Amino acid sequence: MLKLTNVETFYGQIQALKGIDLEVNEGKIITLLGANGAGKSTTMKSIAGLLKPKNGTIQFMGEDITGLRPDQLLRKGISLVPEGRAILSSMTVLENLEMGAYQRKDKEVKDDIEDVMKRFPILKERQTQMAGTLSGGQQQMLAIARALLSKPKLLLLDEPSMGLAPLIVADIFKIIKEIKEAGTTVLLVEQNAKQALKIADYGYVMETGKIIIEGNAESLLENPQVVEAYLGRKSTS
Amino acid sequence: MLLEQIINGITLGSIYAIIALGFTLVFGVLGIINMAHGEIFMVGAFVGVTTTGVLGWPLWMAFIAAIVVTSILGYLLERFTLRPLRGKKGVSHLAPLISTIGVSILLENLSHHIFGAGNKPFNTPFSEISINIGSITVYLVQIVIFVISILLMIGLTVWLSKTKAGKALRATADNLETASILGVDTKKIIILTVVVASAIGGIAGILVGMAFNSVSPQMGLSMGLKGLAIIILGGMGNVKGAMVGGLILGLSETMLVAYGDSGYRDAIAFIMIIVILLLRPQGIFGSKVSQERR
Repeated sequence: MLKLTNVETFYGQIQALKGIDLEVNEGKIITLLGANGAGKSTTMKSIAGLLKPKNGTIQFMGEDITGLRPDQLLRKGISLVPEGRAILSSMTVLENLEMGAYQRKDKEVKDDIEDVMKRFPILKERQTQMAGTLSGGQQQMLAIARALLSKPKLLLLDEPSMGLAPLIVADIFKIIKEIKEAGTTVLLVEQNAKQALKIADYGYVMETGKIIIEGNAESLLENPQVVEAYLGRKSTS
Repeated sequence: MLLEQIINGITLGSIYAIIALGFTLVFGVLGIINMAHGEIFMVGAFVGVTTTGVLGWPLWMAFIAAIVVTSILGYLLERFTLRPLRGKKGVSHLAPLISTIGVSILLENLSHHIFGAGNKPFNTPFSEISINIGSITVYLVQIVIFVISILLMIGLTVWLSKTKAGKALRATADNLETASILGVDTKKIIILTVVVASAIGGIAGILVGMAFNSVSPQMGLSMGLKGLAIIILGGMGNVKGAMVGGLILGLSETMLVAYGDSGYRDAIAFIMIIVILLLRPQGIFGSKVSQERR
């Protein structure tokens, strides 16, 4: 479904991605793991069109999408929930949801917003409130709900559990699993390696701009290198 | 007497509000102060003088002509002085500000060249008509200005809060990157913002011409500075702040002229800037959180 070939992205002179090869198959959850600064978010931003790769190609559904703008990529079915959630804080919860369906012209938008609010009752309760007044967990729910309203084929989730209480983190992972079961493919970036691998089908591990390990989620959970670096007792999960 | 001054103040204030709206829309979306806005407004006023005075068109056609001309100017401003500087490596964030100053100098001198340096009268067929209610005299032109300003403010508010394009504009102003990943073509929204702001400036130009019965190439600078003072007062990028700030400035100027020393009239705006920056730097309606983008 999504295929990155030798993708290199720069911030000015600094090379953040040193040739990424990555593949996402339809209907799966793929997770991208790694320490801070490994280039996970840069990979996500390169896929979503917020950063333009200098070299390499990105293909989506067999089509070259390298260098397209975010709004063009959304039209093709790629939706990003960026790190730090990026809700529109000066707009209401309902307006945020409406903006999620910005490109849609069908008549079901209203019903879909109703459905999403049924799924996340807190958003219905707070729909007229400014989104900036929501708690961190609620903002993450809003960001995910909003992304789903564009009816994406591929959902890119960048650190959805960041800064959230453990109970809410468990909720978020449950939601991600449900999203997959509803037929949307997910590419998930996480610090929380253990929980990410538990719901994922396949995983990649990044280090300083490169993919160093890849494999089935179960095999990664037992890979000594992964256990040592990301799943050891010292890790937060 | 007091009531008459309040009416004068509200009329003036509603014009100020319209001018400030143009500044605040552009600042909200682009994060820059459009120093050419005052001159675009001045061009709108001259379009009004030329169409009604020289060509003898009716007032409503003058408004349409001013909107068309200033919209085109707004598009050209974005296309040739703002867009080339956006997102380029090594371009200072002050560069677009400087280039809009360049446009303002160009427009002022151009109109100097074409229309001459002096004041041009702006005659409206109803400039002398007034209504007496008890002891109060209200000029018809004041009512026209007030009604047009209010309609424009209501229209803009509804457009921003109810339409898809208006919401996309607000989303872009809130966070450009987020708006883009939600599918907004932010390049188009930026063009739309500058064009709408300029068109509003054009309307304001005619309203000021009507209110003061005089138009000159220098009017852009003083009105522009007042517009700036208002958005600092109301909160940069805040639409409600521009409206309320405009009314406050209009009323206080009028009251000062009526009951104080008229020589300080133009100083009020700047005294307000100093006071608000000392007491509430984010402006009356501004939010405390600094925007992290750009």
